[in-house]
Amino acid sequence: MNRVAVNETISVMKPKRAIETVSKGLRKRYRAERRFRMLGLAAVIASLLFLTIMFISIFGNGYTAFFQTYVKLNVYFDPETLREDTLARADYPGLVKKTMRAMFPEVQGRRDKRNLYKLVSSEAAFQLRAMVLRNPDIIGQEIPVWVPADDDIDMLMKGHIRRDVPESERRLNDKQLAWLDRLSADDRIQTRFNWTFIRSGDSREPELAGILGAAVGSFLTLLVTLLLSFPIGVAAAVYLEELAPKNRWTDLIEVNINNLAAVPSIVFGLLGLAVFLNFFGLPRSAPLVGGLVLTLMTFPTIIIASRAALQSVPPSIREAALGIGASKMQMIVHHVLPLALPGILTGTIIGMARALGETAPLLMIGMVAFIVDVPQGFNDPSTALPVQIFLWADSPERAFVEKTSAAIIVLLGFLITMNAAAVMLRKKYERRW
Amino acid sequence: MIDSQIPVIQDKEHDKEKELEMLKGLKTVGEITAPNPRMTCRNVNVYYSGVQAIFGVSLDIAGNEVIAMIGPSGCGKSTFLRCLNRMNDTIEGCRVEGEITLDSENIYGSKIDVVPLRAQVGIVFQKPNPFPKSIYENVAYGPKIHGLTQNKAELDEIVERSLIKAGLWGEVKDRMDKPGTGLSGGQQQRLCIARTIAVSPEVILMDEPCSALDPIATAKIEDLIDELREQYSIVIVTHSMQQASRVSQRTAYFHLGYLVEVGPTPQIFTKPRHRLTEDYITGRFG
Repeated sequence: MNRVAVNETISVMKPKRAIETVSKGLRKRYRAERRFRMLGLAAVIASLLFLTIMFISIFGNGYTAFFQTYVKLNVYFDPETLREDTLARADYPGLVKKTMRAMFPEVQGRRDKRNLYKLVSSEAAFQLRAMVLRNPDIIGQEIPVWVPADDDIDMLMKGHIRRDVPESERRLNDKQLAWLDRLSADDRIQTRFNWTFIRSGDSREPELAGILGAAVGSFLTLLVTLLLSFPIGVAAAVYLEELAPKNRWTDLIEVNINNLAAVPSIVFGLLGLAVFLNFFGLPRSAPLVGGLVLTLMTFPTIIIASRAALQSVPPSIREAALGIGASKMQMIVHHVLPLALPGILTGTIIGMARALGETAPLLMIGMVAFIVDVPQGFNDPSTALPVQIFLWADSPERAFVEKTSAAIIVLLGFLITMNAAAVMLRKKYERRW
Repeated sequence: MIDSQIPVIQDKEHDKEKELEMLKGLKTVGEITAPNPRMTCRNVNVYYSGVQAIFGVSLDIAGNEVIAMIGPSGCGKSTFLRCLNRMNDTIEGCRVEGEITLDSENIYGSKIDVVPLRAQVGIVFQKPNPFPKSIYENVAYGPKIHGLTQNKAELDEIVERSLIKAGLWGEVKDRMDKPGTGLSGGQQQRLCIARTIAVSPEVILMDEPCSALDPIATAKIEDLIDELREQYSIVIVTHSMQQASRVSQRTAYFHLGYLVEVGPTPQIFTKPRHRLTEDYITGRFG
């Protein structure tokens, strides 16, 4: 009797009140969800926006660096200046000047002449010398030669120097502009793909500066970093995760590896300076030392990523291997490592991408020097891409602005390739169980 | 009834410590020894980080028999099972005392290597855990690492024979290079059994091998266990009393780390001698 009454109360009262409370709160719940969704979307849009702005500004500034203005000179290879016995040491700059004077016979006075010579790059003389040395038969002939224009001319042609400002505030004076216009009218000015930028090392002259030296330096440095930090990092991670006893010492080691990963990179640079250069006497500015310093910085990251990857391998696989009588090493090599490899590789590539973009530690070990030659080996002085960006950004010439952006484009290209490789490797080797 | 002082535990919030106090010094009821034993265990104590989980268990495992271990959750039956091939070594802070022998040799002796031991005492786990490799690789892995074969033909033969014994050959012979993880749950478990028998063990330990499977797959595994008995000793831990009565010749009842009673399966299920065993099999707790 009593129980029936209670049941009735529940069936009449409670469900109705419960559903009312639920529906009252429902709108609030959905509102909260919508709010969260909008916030997330806004965050994504904001970050994409900034990324787009960055890309547009860098590409807008940088793409012109892949092109260069050339001027056509009709060079008469005068047998009088080009004697056979002194071909290599002949006065080629004089030959260029003579050619310029011949093209503009009306130019008189030292200052005007000097301004005239400034139209073409100092590279022109070297170019003529190389032509003569390659083929001495051209001596005595008049040959049209395309030589790179000076960086100011290049900037003017690309629109970075404006014609409509007063002459006193302009890098090029009115006469130079007039000569240029004549060259243009004679079809003697052309914009071509700038192979120099891709094929050569750094230079004081913007029109001659190239990225290859820095790119090769970065490649050699990263090669050293990869060859050292990958085996060290993976071995340390496997030992700590699979073989080491879990005690206070391994806890201490783990804390310190995390500390190592968080140390500012310039500190590693100072360490490299003190240890590798001063104590071991390794060469300054060398990719070998750069690689060693970046290894110090990268391998804690690889250890942490590898340990996480090893931890994510299910214990059932380990038990299965041990249960059939696999030794611990066989269990690790045959089963655990292959399953952890995608994670390890992803961590490694992300660590390497970070190392590629690292500047501060390289400054400390002398990779910031002005180096014209493309490095040929691990001990040659060289620089690296981010350092090259730093150097060019510091240069006063207007033409280095576009070179800086172009170097950033090259660096971003490498970074994007590496990150894409990380994603693809993970996709390819990811296995489910 | 023996030892009727031990209270019937119906209260869910019973005091475990009080109960352990009462079980102290409990002597196993029934015949722990077996004629021509494959494995013998004497006074086995197991501690997890100092907390005792198994109390003085002594038990023989005879050749060509299936012995079932039953008991409520947390009674130590799986722990005891894992002592038999030293899988407990992999657990941090686990310590085993007492003597366990395989063919009269102490497996916890200083000269014993766990690798050959586990080749002799195989184990099948609760959740099917094939390697994420091909079916062939799964079965061939054990013989490969132990160097049991001279050439590919011998290996192929072992793989085929093991799969036939595990009753899986007909279902997988056309897709040996497909991943073992792509099979159904029951097939995966039979693949794991094939993987275990491929290294020709003497004893097979099974830790609730059917608890993740449906009734049809379970029936297949049970039939398989019955066939395997002709060649191997099998120790099976199970939560299903029906399964224990179907597949085993002897049954051991564990309670809170103590081996309470052991005897021929029909006798355990029809005439249990200990009060705790009776309470468990009649469903009064557990």
